[in-house]
Amino acid sequence: MPQKFLMKGNEAIAEAAIRAGCRFFFGYPITPQTEVAAYMAKRMPEVNGVYLQAESEVAAINMVLGAASTGARVMTSSSSPGISLKSEGISYIAASDLPCVIINVQRAGPGLGGIQPSQADYFQATRGLGHGDFHLMVFAPAGVQEITDLVAQAFDLSDRYRVPALILADGMIGQMMEPVAFSEQSPHPAEKPWALTGHRNQRRPNIINTLHLSPDKLEQTVIERFARYDSICANETLCEQMLTDDADVVVVAYGAASRIAKAAVRAAREKGIRAGLFRPITLWPYPSAALAALCETTKAFLCVEMSMGQMVEDVRLAVNGRRPVEFYGRTGGNVPHPNDILQAIESAAQMAPQNERR
Amino acid sequence: MDYQILIAGFGGQGILFTGKILAKAGLTQGKNVSWLPSYGPEMRGGTANCSVCVSDSEISNPMVLQPNILIVMNQPSWSKFICAAQPGADVFWDSTLIAPEGTRTDVSLHPIPATGIARQNGVERLGNVVMLGYLLHQIPILEKDAFFSLLTDSISETKRHLVQANRTAFEAGYAYSPHEGQKSRHDA
Repeated sequence: MPQKFLMKGNEAIAEAAIRAGCRFFFGYPITPQTEVAAYMAKRMPEVNGVYLQAESEVAAINMVLGAASTGARVMTSSSSPGISLKSEGISYIAASDLPCVIINVQRAGPGLGGIQPSQADYFQATRGLGHGDFHLMVFAPAGVQEITDLVAQAFDLSDRYRVPALILADGMIGQMMEPVAFSEQSPHPAEKPWALTGHRNQRRPNIINTLHLSPDKLEQTVIERFARYDSICANETLCEQMLTDDADVVVVAYGAASRIAKAAVRAAREKGIRAGLFRPITLWPYPSAALAALCETTKAFLCVEMSMGQMVEDVRLAVNGRRPVEFYGRTGGNVPHPNDILQAIESAAQMAPQNERR
Repeated sequence: MDYQILIAGFGGQGILFTGKILAKAGLTQGKNVSWLPSYGPEMRGGTANCSVCVSDSEISNPMVLQPNILIVMNQPSWSKFICAAQPGADVFWDSTLIAPEGTRTDVSLHPIPATGIARQNGVERLGNVVMLGYLLHQIPILEKDAFFSLLTDSISETKRHLVQANRTAFEAGYAYSPHEGQKSRHDA
């Protein structure tokens, strides 16, 4: 068995990226993701990589665009307000079909907000992290070990589909330490014949450009990109289910909230309530089919988030009115208390349709 | 084994370091562990705290809200966390710095004048390590020598010259007995 280290989530993000072949990191400091940059500053020189603290988030994301254009594996990291600043560049990267990995260790908003953990950037991450018709692949780790697996996967899939990937973590996942073992798996970089590496008069020049003044030409590039999104949706959704087989109430939660929800689900079971947990690991594409399938057996859903209710919309879309969908959330940097989630599970169990009791 | 540990004090007391050592002690025994710090402006001069879970089973919630081991290193943290301890919990506190108010009768109280002992031994700032030594004697999370070598391995390169001071503090805490001589004024 590989050796286990005790590592912060933020440090694991950085180490996993380096092991995935990332050799360029451009960032700008912000709490609570500072250790990502600090770790990169220390480790990148050891692997002949580049760590650069840019003059701003806007500069950093455009450096990512530049490095990705050359086919390099590249990453940037920030927290909520900083991600908003990066959004223009992210739209350009998506429009350029460039692979890269972006980290958002969420803090409370809106505005400068606070520095405590939050999940209030779900809409931004899954609906539109920038202007225009596009998506990012969005991964939501719930623990430090999972971070290492998802960062590696994010790099590989981003390369394969030429779609930027976002790791949507939060202050709790970033700051906590858990044991982590790195797998010996080597990265799977894709061939990148499109990369700007110098044509040396031996091939036609590659051009990376996001300006298409002809509506038909632009429409065509967007439709082609959406065909790739379709295959991502068909092949790359991830979720974890715990005790859902016989559950009357299924709690839906991701990231840090899912950890606390798991404790609440176990407490509910001890009280004789058949509760289960459905944890989306990819937030885009959303594991809608797996969630919808639970309508066959469950009576009610309860979505738990560290926000006023954002993912709950995806839950409702998946459930499509077939079962009641309740919501419980805390925001502003507060983390839900397991007892409050337990209470919400109890009331969802009571509200569930009684006539279908098995 | 299911230790839910909450350690609280003020910034600079080595609260987070103490938690890290306990988490590592669990890790060396193949237990599931987690360590979660408070972070933010409250750490500058105010209270710092961290949650450590060491368990045979999977750790769902890493945030310790009702500790079964509570370690308190300053007065504000006592007021803030003493009510949170589970009935039957082991509560350790630095009786040099804390005058307990509203002492609970449903928990095991382990006062130790950690800062005073550290001062007497010429290692004033290592009250947390004195506390660790005492804690390990009361709750044998790990065998003593293994625990101490884990502690020394965790001292960063720039602080290697403090290994001996750490040993002094650790041994003093380990040897402390509330019933012999060094009784604190708050001992129950």
